[in-house]
Amino acid sequence: MSSLVLFDVPGPKAKRRQLIGTVVGGVLVLALLAVILWRLNGNGQLDPARWAILFDPAAGVPQAFGSALLLTLRIAAVAMVTSTVLGLLLAVGRLSDHRWLRIPVTTVIEFFRAIPLLVVIFALYFVLPGFGVSLSAFAALVGGLTLYNMAVLAEIFRAGILSVDKGQREAAYALGMRKTQVMTLVLLPQAIRRMLPVLIAQLVVLLKDTSLGFIIGVFELLRQARSLVEFFNSRFGDIYTFQLYVGAAVIYIVINIALSQVAKLVEKRTRSSAKAAGAAPPSLATSTIGTGVQRGAEPSF
Amino acid sequence: MQFFLDNIDLFRDAFLNTLGLTFFAGVLALVLGTVLAGMRVSPIAPLRGLATTYVEIFRNTPLTVVFFFVIFGLPQIDTVLPFFAGAVVAVGTYTAAFVAEAIRSGINSVAPGQAEAARALGLTFSQTLTTVVLPQAFRTVVPPLGSVLIAMAKNTSIAAGFSISEVSSLLARLTNADPNDLLFILLGVVLAYMVITVPAAIALNRIEHRVAILR
Repeated sequence: MSSLVLFDVPGPKAKRRQLIGTVVGGVLVLALLAVILWRLNGNGQLDPARWAILFDPAAGVPQAFGSALLLTLRIAAVAMVTSTVLGLLLAVGRLSDHRWLRIPVTTVIEFFRAIPLLVVIFALYFVLPGFGVSLSAFAALVGGLTLYNMAVLAEIFRAGILSVDKGQREAAYALGMRKTQVMTLVLLPQAIRRMLPVLIAQLVVLLKDTSLGFIIGVFELLRQARSLVEFFNSRFGDIYTFQLYVGAAVIYIVINIALSQVAKLVEKRTRSSAKAAGAAPPSLATSTIGTGVQRGAEPSF
Repeated sequence: MQFFLDNIDLFRDAFLNTLGLTFFAGVLALVLGTVLAGMRVSPIAPLRGLATTYVEIFRNTPLTVVFFFVIFGLPQIDTVLPFFAGAVVAVGTYTAAFVAEAIRSGINSVAPGQAEAARALGLTFSQTLTTVVLPQAFRTVVPPLGSVLIAMAKNTSIAAGFSISEVSSLLARLTNADPNDLLFILLGVVLAYMVITVPAAIALNRIEHRVAILR
């Protein structure tokens, strides 16, 4: 239902009321912004000299943010690949005919979906060394992201495979294909294409989650911002804190919105592509139809 | 095991903190999220713009960054919150964006005839929304809303990084112990989260079946 259905086409009276509402609403929003800016200014946070540090190569801030961004992207890239591959295998395993495979795989998926990502990372980083397996912070972060997201992605893939029309599988069997062939040649290609938008949305979540590396001391974007803050605080006092965190936040928002836009584009293309014609929209429990993209993913760490 | 029993008090307090944080942040997220969803479909353009901006910003920012802003940013506009309240605000405002998206998709899934009929009866926008559309929307979005809230319960663990006494931070605090004890602590923490998330999932499943509408 478009929002247009919710209210009548305004007549002269309603138009006047809406105009008043628009003006009052606009004034309220502006007033809120003004109060925030006024307070920030009162604390001297809007001083251009303070913001200049973000773009000052001599202070090393752009370089530090750049290398931290690269590390963040590297962590995300490695975890994306491993969790997608493992997620695919788990999804297929959960749909297996063999009980000895299905039950353990289901347990693994449900287990990692039920506990917080941070706890997984802590377990890898703090608890494993006690058993003689020492992981670097980088490995613990990538490992945690992989374990958690493979479980979430497995559920996404499974929903995709189940949403493929029954006739496809039956036809493939009728042609004499084996189970493996049916899965790899018929079901998976259609499932992945259908789940692509939700998949990308989950990868955005993964990218956001790399910021948890901050807690175990991986020098990704957020940790870097923190250490820059500490560095500048020790030299000049508490004057750049706000600016540096805003800088880090803006970088996160920009790359995530960019990725989300890719997801939207892909969604539009799959919907209009002839090959996917007649395909029902993804029927994952958490996804919804026709309203942007990110809803299907777990909004989570 | 002994070590675990010795620290059972710590454990209990931490668990209650997690539970409280989950509850208050959940209420904040649901209320704020519903208001935002209402704003996004309202006839008044600035409200729509404000809600859209809010959702886009919070959905694309890591929760850790939101925490940073609540803890280091809010004091810059002369608002200092106690730690627990800060955590509630951070988790609640972050989750509200996802709640708003879930509810908006629910609003979109209500048959247009419903709102048209409501308008034909002469209901105003707020009446249409609160008495006709939202009650039906809530029913359809129980599953996604449920996974949002369960994810939020798990997200409270981020508060650990900012040292609220909370189940995960307990884990970090007790890490210097013996490896075997650690394993028990870890299992305890995992179990504590499952005590929250698994019954929540079951309850949501029930609610979903009870309120489901056939179309």
